[in-house]
Amino acid sequence: MKSIFAFLTVAVFLVSCNPAPKSSKSSKGALTGNAAEKVYVAPGEYDEYYAFISGGFSGQLAVYGLPSGRLFRVIPVFSQDPEKGYGYNEETKPMLNTSHGFIPWGDSHHPDISQTNGELDGRWIFINENNTPRIARISLETFETEEIIEIPNSAGNHSSSFVTENSEYVVAGTRFSVPIPQRDIPISEYKGNFKASLSFLKINPDSGNMNIAFQIRMPGFDYDLSHPGRGKSHGWFFFTTYNTEEAHSLLEVNASQNDKDFVAAVNWKKIEEYVAAGKGHKENVKYAHNTWDDDTHTATSKMENEVWVVNPEDVPGAIYFLPTPKSPHGIDVDPSGEYIVASGKLAAAMTVHSFTKMQKAIEDKAFDGEAYGIPILKFDAVNYGTLEQPGLGPLHTEFDTRGNAYTTFFISSEVVKWNVKDLKVIDRHPVYYSVGHLMIPGGNSRKPFDKYMVAMNKITKDRYLPTGPEVCQSAQLFDISGDKMELLLDFPTIGEPHYAAGIPASILMDKSKKIYKLEDNKHPDAVKTEADTKVVRKGNEVHIYMSMIRSHFSPDNIEGVKVGDKVFFHITNLEQDYDVPHGFAMIGANTAEMLIMPGRTATSVWEPKEVGVWPFYCTDFCSALHQEMQGYVRVSAKGASTPIKYTLDDEIPGTEE
Amino acid sequence: MRLKVIVLAVVIAFVSSCGGNDKKDVKKEEPVIEVIKEVVTLDPMDDKGVGPITNITLGEIDETLAEKGHGIFKAKCSACHKINKRYIGPALRGVTKKQSPEWIMNMILNPEVMIVKNEKARELLKEYSAPMANQHLTEDEARAVLEYFRTKN
Repeated sequence: MKSIFAFLTVAVFLVSCNPAPKSSKSSKGALTGNAAEKVYVAPGEYDEYYAFISGGFSGQLAVYGLPSGRLFRVIPVFSQDPEKGYGYNEETKPMLNTSHGFIPWGDSHHPDISQTNGELDGRWIFINENNTPRIARISLETFETEEIIEIPNSAGNHSSSFVTENSEYVVAGTRFSVPIPQRDIPISEYKGNFKASLSFLKINPDSGNMNIAFQIRMPGFDYDLSHPGRGKSHGWFFFTTYNTEEAHSLLEVNASQNDKDFVAAVNWKKIEEYVAAGKGHKENVKYAHNTWDDDTHTATSKMENEVWVVNPEDVPGAIYFLPTPKSPHGIDVDPSGEYIVASGKLAAAMTVHSFTKMQKAIEDKAFDGEAYGIPILKFDAVNYGTLEQPGLGPLHTEFDTRGNAYTTFFISSEVVKWNVKDLKVIDRHPVYYSVGHLMIPGGNSRKPFDKYMVAMNKITKDRYLPTGPEVCQSAQLFDISGDKMELLLDFPTIGEPHYAAGIPASILMDKSKKIYKLEDNKHPDAVKTEADTKVVRKGNEVHIYMSMIRSHFSPDNIEGVKVGDKVFFHITNLEQDYDVPHGFAMIGANTAEMLIMPGRTATSVWEPKEVGVWPFYCTDFCSALHQEMQGYVRVSAKGASTPIKYTLDDEIPGTEE
Repeated sequence: MRLKVIVLAVVIAFVSSCGGNDKKDVKKEEPVIEVIKEVVTLDPMDDKGVGPITNITLGEIDETLAEKGHGIFKAKCSACHKINKRYIGPALRGVTKKQSPEWIMNMILNPEVMIVKNEKARELLKEYSAPMANQHLTEDEARAVLEYFRTKN
């Protein structure tokens, strides 16, 4: 009896619905022992934030939870993904088409979430590909890539893919200037002949679809990073440049000569007006525009052939250079839109420009000459101030809501917190090691969610168990709610984590898609019921219209396939329940293994090379009878007279109701 | 023994009372708690099962509704059920003579809980091995499927 009472008492404690808030203001550091408590998300509980961390040279985008650092999903974007069949199955292959043909890998860099009125709206996340210049748009309902657009007249799309505060535009830039149009000239003739492009892609406010509204033909510098203005500076975009020396070889020396390079300030609202008035010219180009249709579950790739180009002289008063020491890398705008922070990676000081001063300098024509027709504003006329000797090798800055900036220092491996107005260092914290980007959820917006900060490190050396010469790269989570930054957690990342975007879970989780409704499935090869499943021969093509449900395929016995045939498995998952995908694998198929979501259709191609009876099966453990989810295809010799025959339980599917 | 059962019931009540307060929990599936109780053999036509349907009054067969149900059956159910033949699940001819209308609709709408909590559904799982899939029909759709079954007696 006593024990029963004890049990009851314990149970009541366990199920207490509103536990007291965890203490979060401690500034004593991890030694207090509460770091573990702060990142502990109990089994079955949810994380507070989503973090989308770029996969760098993996070409993908990884989804983590914060504060736990748990990896939920890798979204395939610019690279094939055998786990999901992305880029392998017939429906998704067009997503990876480019003007250079099919490219199965990419180098993804800077994710950025769409905004409305300067705040994260959680509709889409954009990410750029650096190598074969592209921008992708990913749905935050399905967590799937819906669109990839190639950027013509471009190379090294690094200063991308940041969005303006009402998601009017997402931008692309060129880190590598190139001859435009491409032509056969000596590399030594770089100066004056190589050019750069800053591309503004209009985002359709309803569908999210992107199109290149205009490209600005810029001098042949390297355009490194960019960020939009916001609030008072909304309508402007800021790009860092280096190699204003226009060197073409040994850049680490030859592009580090000038005391100052530039921040390019671009008034895109003004350029929009010029373009509407017909300024600029059309150029013939070739670039792929790939879109995913969520109704047909199929991507199409279209080759586009025109782009609108404006030269700086077409748009007077819309582009200015702000002198900035020394080979600036990151360019970040504070939540108010007033302070423009540029990280001269070779400089001893951080440069902060003032948008208000810049406006006045333009009005006063406070110019210090020009470069290729673009006015250079006087440094003192635009500069708010400098933060002296904050660290070595500043790269990127994010902001909180309390007037503070957080800057990463690659060479001295630290994050420095400083007050933007006072230009005073408040705190510094080592990171392990060689930090690149950092991220505060909502960091590129008017409203940062400034509880956590994630530092993304290039080198981990001794931080994890060694795994041969290649060790993981990592993220480090900090609590930034107090005066001092507190290191809470290390967690490994996929590929190299160049930048990330974070968003409160509450904005996304309730709209996350669960299933695809069968009645909305408009895939031309879908089957809606088992009675529709069939096998059709068209010349040497055999089309198998197949269904899957826990736990069988229909049909599961197929005969009449011959060596030399091209066999298409068009497979529809008839499930209408959450989290019941089925997989498909065919022995000897050289194309795709597939994972098919409830209500979806996908296609895998198999070219059988040998006579025999060959099995296929479900690869995703779907039910207690998953091991029974299998079937056979009989392959006869080329020229054999075996007729097409398809059955389930020895009957033609759907013969009997 | 009797007391133990009561205590268990109280604890379960506490667990389930949290759902409404904590936003995070709203979408989560409740853990399935098996309550041990005496097995009482019910008349199957009095067994309403476990789920959202508590009372259905049947009138004359509504042919339009039955036809709608037939379409839904073909689209969402026929991959596992046939009318005249045992398939993945049981043959369905005469099902409305064997089970109450509430039980049938609850089995369609709430199969995950039915196979744990309802004795008859448990027996069926034992016999057929494959648990009934939830195809997420609406209550109206399940009602139409029931009407279709009434035409297959």
